[in-house]
Amino acid sequence: MPLFEEGLVHLKKKIHSKEIKASDLIDEAYARINEVDGKVKAFLTLNEEAAREEARTIDENGTDEDTLLFGMPIGIKDNLVTKGLRTTCASHILENYDPLYDATVIEKVRTQKGIMIGKLNMDEFAMGSSTENSGFALTRNPWDLERVPGGSSGGSAASVAAGEVLFALGSDTGGSIRQPSAFCGVVGMKPTYGRVSRFGLVAFASSLDQVGPITRTVEDNAYLLETIAGLDRHDSTSADVPVPHYSETLTGDIKGLRVAVPKEYLGEGIDEAVKDKIKAAIRQLEALGAVCEEVSLPHSKYAVPAYYVIASSEASANLARFDGVRYGVRAESNDLIDMYKKSRSEGFGDEVKRRIMLGTFALSSGYYDAYYKKAQQVRTLIKQDFEKVLENHDIIVGPATPTTAFKIGEKVDDPLTMYANDLLTIPVNLAGVPAISLPCGLADGLPVGLQMIGRPFAEGTLYKAAHAYEQTAGFQLTPAFKGANE
Amino acid sequence: MSRINEEQVRYVANLARLSFDDDAIKKFTTQLDDIIGFAEQLNELDTEGIEPTTHVLDMHNVMRDDVVEPSLPREEALKNAPVQEDGQVKVPLIMEAD
Amino acid sequence: MSNFETVIGLEVHVELKTKTKAFCGCANEFGAPPNTHTCPICLGHPGVLPILNREAVDFAIKAALALNCEISRETKFDRKNYFYPDNPKAYQISQFDQPIGRNGFIEIEVDGKKKKIGVHRLHLEEDAGKLNHLADGSGSLVDFNRVGTPLIEIVSEADMRTPQEAYAYLDKLKAIMQYIGVSDVKMEEGSLRCDANISIRPYGQTEFGTKTELKNLNSFAFVEKGLAYEERRQEKILLSGGVVEQETRRYNDATKTTTLMRGKEGSDDYRYFPEPDIIKLKIDQDWIDRIEAEIPELPDSRQKRYIEELGLPEYDAMVLTQVKTMSDFFENSISEGADPKLVSNWLMGDVSAYLNSNYKTIDQVPMTPQGLAKLVQLIEKGTISSKIAKKIFKTLIEEGGDPEEIVQAKGLVQISDEGALHELMDPILAANKQSMIDYKNGKDRALGFLVGQVMKQSHGKANPNMVNKIILEEIEKL
Repeated sequence: MPLFEEGLVHLKKKIHSKEIKASDLIDEAYARINEVDGKVKAFLTLNEEAAREEARTIDENGTDEDTLLFGMPIGIKDNLVTKGLRTTCASHILENYDPLYDATVIEKVRTQKGIMIGKLNMDEFAMGSSTENSGFALTRNPWDLERVPGGSSGGSAASVAAGEVLFALGSDTGGSIRQPSAFCGVVGMKPTYGRVSRFGLVAFASSLDQVGPITRTVEDNAYLLETIAGLDRHDSTSADVPVPHYSETLTGDIKGLRVAVPKEYLGEGIDEAVKDKIKAAIRQLEALGAVCEEVSLPHSKYAVPAYYVIASSEASANLARFDGVRYGVRAESNDLIDMYKKSRSEGFGDEVKRRIMLGTFALSSGYYDAYYKKAQQVRTLIKQDFEKVLENHDIIVGPATPTTAFKIGEKVDDPLTMYANDLLTIPVNLAGVPAISLPCGLADGLPVGLQMIGRPFAEGTLYKAAHAYEQTAGFQLTPAFKGANE
Repeated sequence: MSRINEEQVRYVANLARLSFDDDAIKKFTTQLDDIIGFAEQLNELDTEGIEPTTHVLDMHNVMRDDVVEPSLPREEALKNAPVQEDGQVKVPLIMEAD
Repeated sequence: MSNFETVIGLEVHVELKTKTKAFCGCANEFGAPPNTHTCPICLGHPGVLPILNREAVDFAIKAALALNCEISRETKFDRKNYFYPDNPKAYQISQFDQPIGRNGFIEIEVDGKKKKIGVHRLHLEEDAGKLNHLADGSGSLVDFNRVGTPLIEIVSEADMRTPQEAYAYLDKLKAIMQYIGVSDVKMEEGSLRCDANISIRPYGQTEFGTKTELKNLNSFAFVEKGLAYEERRQEKILLSGGVVEQETRRYNDATKTTTLMRGKEGSDDYRYFPEPDIIKLKIDQDWIDRIEAEIPELPDSRQKRYIEELGLPEYDAMVLTQVKTMSDFFENSISEGADPKLVSNWLMGDVSAYLNSNYKTIDQVPMTPQGLAKLVQLIEKGTISSKIAKKIFKTLIEEGGDPEEIVQAKGLVQISDEGALHELMDPILAANKQSMIDYKNGKDRALGFLVGQVMKQSHGKANPNMVNKIILEEIEKL
């Protein structure tokens, strides 16, 4: 059995007992990358030399049982800045960008002795749902190489599913952790807005972005969130709420847990095969003692349009700094405005331009109230939907995605169809609540993701429920690498 | 009925400092028109009197103390700059400074 | 007399002298070598987030209170979007619709007439970097040291009617900012900057005429001159049947004219929206009270007190309160017991003359308030003559120290002892008997001659009053 399938707790024990060395884990990571990344293409940049050096240091200096990620190999989405390690956001405009500092989550990973294996592919600036918008590489789904891994954290989810790393960090603005996790059959958590520092996460939509863990198991996910969460003086929007030891909540006991099942999440536009798996999972939760009840989140259908207005507006400002002046690629020109336009037009891909255009339009003189303000008001309604349901329920359960992984090229030319794929994840970001996606079986050989949504800062409840389900679901998820030999 | 025309797309492109050739302008006009049409679903909702949500967190007054922290060495600060001269970032000449 | 009424509004930017920048910990310091006060945050690197400097907010509230503004109890920041090389994030963090202060006023006085000029709003924002245009035309260089310096923008109501009123408004605004200690307000260093809006309209018309905006007003004098030129330019246009265009114009001091910078069509679409990276501010009464308590007595109030309690002439009171350090110096001197009017005379006379000719301010000379007070008191007591006082003053202002000691060291104590004076004077009087007789015979000028002789012999040290008295006694004895 590959080492990574054992999970963090076992691997740490083995290192502490000197049964294995940290270097063995790093060897396994790079061996696996050599073996499969030619097909999966999850990585944009490898950190091999430094990673091996760090592993050697750990092996030489002995163990510290309190260090959360002791020697564990971790992959990092390429929109988290890493000092001394190229960070591109999968965009040509940053292809040679050498960050001056570490993101707060990276600092925490380093402090807890996690070892960064490399930087993972994504949709350019996290804009997309398939990782097809990467400026550099096409990442493939380890379950079926003709299919997308989802996005925007497609490289993160694919690398974990393919066994290249123990776990990875991603970011989620409208589903970018949960959707690829669902497509690749791994566990992805979008924490409460404010739970994890955004300092050093290259901003897409500042009021929606959160960093979160993508792992093979719920337990690993809990440890990784515990590592990266908490108040950060570099992020005004990070919350002063204590971080619990999430792993201690994994008791398996969910008797009496009040589970809401929104009818909108099992209605129109959701694949029957997906619905079947979700319904089976709900029955499983009931069998574990949870009390499930149908509810309504009436404004769900407005989430996607509201999201595209809000996220694109914020993005239009956030991406304006990529102007070729202080860093990034600069196009030759003797005229300032021409230099700006050329650098940005050559540096950004189509989807990024589309969203910058949409956001710029929505904020422009005469349209602000009709689009931006309206969308922010609708956001209030969507948030209230969740507040109402979560008043009487501990968690909300439904699918993470309306379909399983789609084929490469299938939606890339049709923005609206692509956007619609995020209808079940986007409302969560608008409301700022936490949500986890975890595998709940296969439909036609492709993983289906079960989404659990919780109250603000109640990630512990989500872990408890997800873990209880995972432990009794009784299926092993190992990707098939379909099409690998064709 | 189209909601946005090519002239508006050119105006927005200039604000965003993006340039497109004529074909791209046509394509973007159609796509943006579709997306804006999609966004207009929001008008089905009566939002009269509803407070817009800018921040989901109910927090206020997050500030830092006025204490100096070290700045970057100049070479570090400028190391990613594509063109520099005399410890400053160089840009094409600006004709009208205000 | 013109048929038109001028309407002027001013937008003033004041850099706050916090220790650090508005949103990062880089030092807020003028004059450092280029790009030595920067970090990923103020350089707008990917992933950075702003953290608001509490002191900057305190200073903005203080300024708003000092300008009699209402304070917004809940306020927020917004992004103002525009591309420019000195604006690293391509948006400026500013305040759009909830400025910290609103509806204040500044009281000015022009030609003896007092007038209140409304302050429409005061908000907090960040400064941009500096551009240096290369002489060879090959490009411009950007220095990011200034990026992120906290600024307050103070927008007046269009209440000013003459360039002189605009000047007085700026002067008072500058004094107030100095008094409350939130800024250096040095126009030459850019810590105070001003744009002006000006329009004219026929007397009696209520709606405003079309305004032009003036930029590049690098001194208060430029503001006054630029506005005066613009007033005449607009009047000429209207009198010749033309139409004033809404445009931005640049003042050129070499020609004392304004020239077109850009027209209205170039106006920007800033796409303001709430800054998602900064949490809203709630400013409660406790906070306001705390800041209010830190505000020192302002120039208007001091001026009133100087007139009413110290009996100074209005003019003296106005001049002394214009600059806080001068006013503080004055107060510290009189608290030593020196006569206010005498101190005022020295400050407005010899002290100001010295400072002006040496391009110094009162806090840049070694003379202390105690020193000046002592000097004034030595004259009052008759220890030194005013002539000697001038000599001592030169030493005092250039080197500081205690006037009494200077007097001793230089042997300049006034001779007031009758015996000593007789010893000095008797030979002089004996040698000038004729003059004494002349005086007795009604030749008044003879007395002055005699006193002059004694003063000359005594190198100015003889007490002139005593000398006078003794001479008259001796003449009487003739």
